[in-house]
Amino acid sequence: MLIYDIVIIGGGPAGLAAALAAKEKGIEQILILERDCELGGILNQCIHSGFGLHIFEEELTGPEYALRYIEKIEAFKIEYRLNTMVVDICADKRVTTMSQADGMCVLQAKAIVLAMGCRERPRGTLHIPGFRPAGIYSAGTAQKLVNMNGFMPGKEVVILGSGDIGLIMARRMTLEGAKVKVVAELMAKSGGLQRNIVQCLEDYGIPLRLQTTVVEIHGKEHITGVTLACVDEAGRVIDSTREYVSCDTLLLSVGLIPENELSLKMGVKLDMRTNGPVLNDKYETNISGVFACGNVHHVHDLVDDVSKEAEKAGTYAAMYVKGGA
Amino acid sequence: MEKKNLICIACPLGCALVIVVENSAVLSVTGQKCPRGEHYAIKEITNPTRIVTTTVTLIGGDIERLPVKTESEIPKDKIYDCVRALKGIAVKTPVYVGDVIVENIVDTGVDIVATNTKRTRTSG
Repeated sequence: MLIYDIVIIGGGPAGLAAALAAKEKGIEQILILERDCELGGILNQCIHSGFGLHIFEEELTGPEYALRYIEKIEAFKIEYRLNTMVVDICADKRVTTMSQADGMCVLQAKAIVLAMGCRERPRGTLHIPGFRPAGIYSAGTAQKLVNMNGFMPGKEVVILGSGDIGLIMARRMTLEGAKVKVVAELMAKSGGLQRNIVQCLEDYGIPLRLQTTVVEIHGKEHITGVTLACVDEAGRVIDSTREYVSCDTLLLSVGLIPENELSLKMGVKLDMRTNGPVLNDKYETNISGVFACGNVHHVHDLVDDVSKEAEKAGTYAAMYVKGGA
Repeated sequence: MEKKNLICIACPLGCALVIVVENSAVLSVTGQKCPRGEHYAIKEITNPTRIVTTTVTLIGGDIERLPVKTESEIPKDKIYDCVRALKGIAVKTPVYVGDVIVENIVDTGVDIVATNTKRTRTSG
């Protein structure tokens, strides 16, 4: 069985920064496992600018930010496997992977860095009545379709939730020729950055309606519209405010959840508030030698913060391996 | 004399700026936590500009689109023209980050550059 000093689960911003930090601490046998066909994670579909102001002191797009790390990974000849899904991690740090090229493989790691990132809250968690028609996407899925696959989900769009991805997608869909009718936000305040409200909504005259939610989805085969309604201070729907809005696409930007299926299965203890692992001051989980960083730990607003955190986690993982504990 | 309120978009902090304007000239800017705020306020009042990011068709790569941006900011009222002008553009792999895809987009004097490196697809 192949033995590595550190196996890093996920080749996004967290995994890349952790790998580089461990390498700089002198660790030789590092392996990054990535399920997608390229390194960089979600940054590859975040084509807008605004990344890297803290770390590089310039404004980069997502792919540019990722590339700065990927180029270093290549230069340091850090090993990575693409199109490789981690299906299981045991508490003794045996990692089982699956890929079309190599089939099933089992690796032994001395230390593991969990860097799987997060996923979007899906429609099912929102309890909106109605059929399950086509045309409903999480904002990040739509982002991937538009920015990487060149596929436009629709022409008349309603966005529920005003997280940053929702705001960014409001602008993106508009630039691609869609009409974004409204961004509805349940809370009294947008969850997105102020700058995104300005440059993604106000620049394009897209209305943001606060304390408003989708109470009904119309259409059976394909979405034909939604019913919006205001909510009161307690979050109760005010029936007299119900309003029908036609649309062929509904994007959901209603929160992100750390992706911890693998962590849970191997016995890592999670914090119920963040849905991420409980970590000590060395970014180590309750399992000795298993570290976590980035959005799998908790959802970060800025990728710069993910990179900084991952650098620390990678450094501690390296110290763990060197200490031989 | 007129007071205007703007949110600075230069960084994620989003400072609330108060700008005093007279005859479309900026007299003062307050509320910013760094010099970028004043720079942004003056530009936003006199000649608002933005970086535009979008994609063009990519031929030969693992994905169908190549992300691109305006190398520097262009006037806000040219955003749609810029995106429209890029509609039919197709680029073949390999293409490298920073490569110029279109020179002087819609006569802004600004080039469109690739924001990712895309090598030719190696397997099916």
